[in-house]
Amino acid sequence: MKPGMILVGMADLNVTKAPGALTTLGLGSCIGIAIFDPISKVAGLAHIMLPDSRAISNNSNVAKFADTATAKLVFDMVKMGADRKRLKAKIAGGAQMFAFSSTNDNMQIGRRNAEASRAVLKLLNIPIIAEDVGENYGRTVELYADDGRYLIKTIGHGQRVI
Amino acid sequence: MKDKKIDSIVEEHVDILKEIASIGCGNAVTALSSLLNRRVKMSVPVVNMLDFKDVSNCIGGAENIIAGVLVGLSGDINGIMMFIVDEDIAHRFVDMLLGKPTEPHDGFSEIEYSALTEVGNILTSSYLSSLASLTRTTINQSVPQLSIDMANAILSVPAIEFGKVGDKVLFIESVFETDTENVSGYFILVPDMPSFEVIFKSLGVM
Repeated sequence: MKPGMILVGMADLNVTKAPGALTTLGLGSCIGIAIFDPISKVAGLAHIMLPDSRAISNNSNVAKFADTATAKLVFDMVKMGADRKRLKAKIAGGAQMFAFSSTNDNMQIGRRNAEASRAVLKLLNIPIIAEDVGENYGRTVELYADDGRYLIKTIGHGQRVI
Repeated sequence: MKDKKIDSIVEEHVDILKEIASIGCGNAVTALSSLLNRRVKMSVPVVNMLDFKDVSNCIGGAENIIAGVLVGLSGDINGIMMFIVDEDIAHRFVDMLLGKPTEPHDGFSEIEYSALTEVGNILTSSYLSSLASLTRTTINQSVPQLSIDMANAILSVPAIEFGKVGDKVLFIESVFETDTENVSGYFILVPDMPSFEVIFKSLGVM
């Protein structure tokens, strides 16, 4: 991890301003929801684990769920000076780490997390301009506030910027 | 029960879970010993309820490469169980099993991959058979699946499963010792909420 980079843990979220950057390590079935405002250069990153806070009674940690985490992220970004109408999103993660052939919903949590993330961003009118989701491997991501570039690093599956 | 958070219920009864872990790991070590055809000793397993954000710190950090063997549980107890080892230790397990000298190498061949899956399968199933007989329940185990990747990515699977009921995960560390080396492996047991009730009720604590 580079110095000055803010670490976002599992079921956690944070926001920063240029020249800052945010990172979260080893996204598996979780999703890294990255949102940025290209003009004010405010960026936010959430590491969500589950699709829907309403489906679960133990939902006090807002950063754990796609719906509540995204809402909180936007709120925090606006507070830092972002304009809600300019926000753009990129998402990464949502892998299926274990190749269970079953159609068991629990085992497809990665896909469900991705769908839920898309749905909540659509609801908030934030366009998704890039995604790197699915497959069966982990991803470490870095979000840079200056231009919203989203660096994705993997073990054995290359590195790319979306 | 319904209103009480699973974290606090589990914390109250952590001694029982420790005892189960100890017996389960003991059984697993016996199986490992006959699998490797050498003496294997085990220290008393360390059982912790950890915040899931801290789990990866116990196994070398979020981006450390680990091997995880995952099995699904069904029957009286539903949930998942996982056996985890560091990549280097996974190599040593496989080399011992295949009777090869241990030398550093990258990646796993197909035979090594299935050997490692089998190690995980045998260890988890011997652990689970102890749990089943202690709780007088029937536990069916799915076909094991192996994944080798960043620790956080692999741990996200049990963390998500447990994240539905709590913010902590039951983490069991056991150190195995053979004649020549120490290898530590980890078990993560994630029963769903009703299964916790089944376990505690069958042990007479609820």
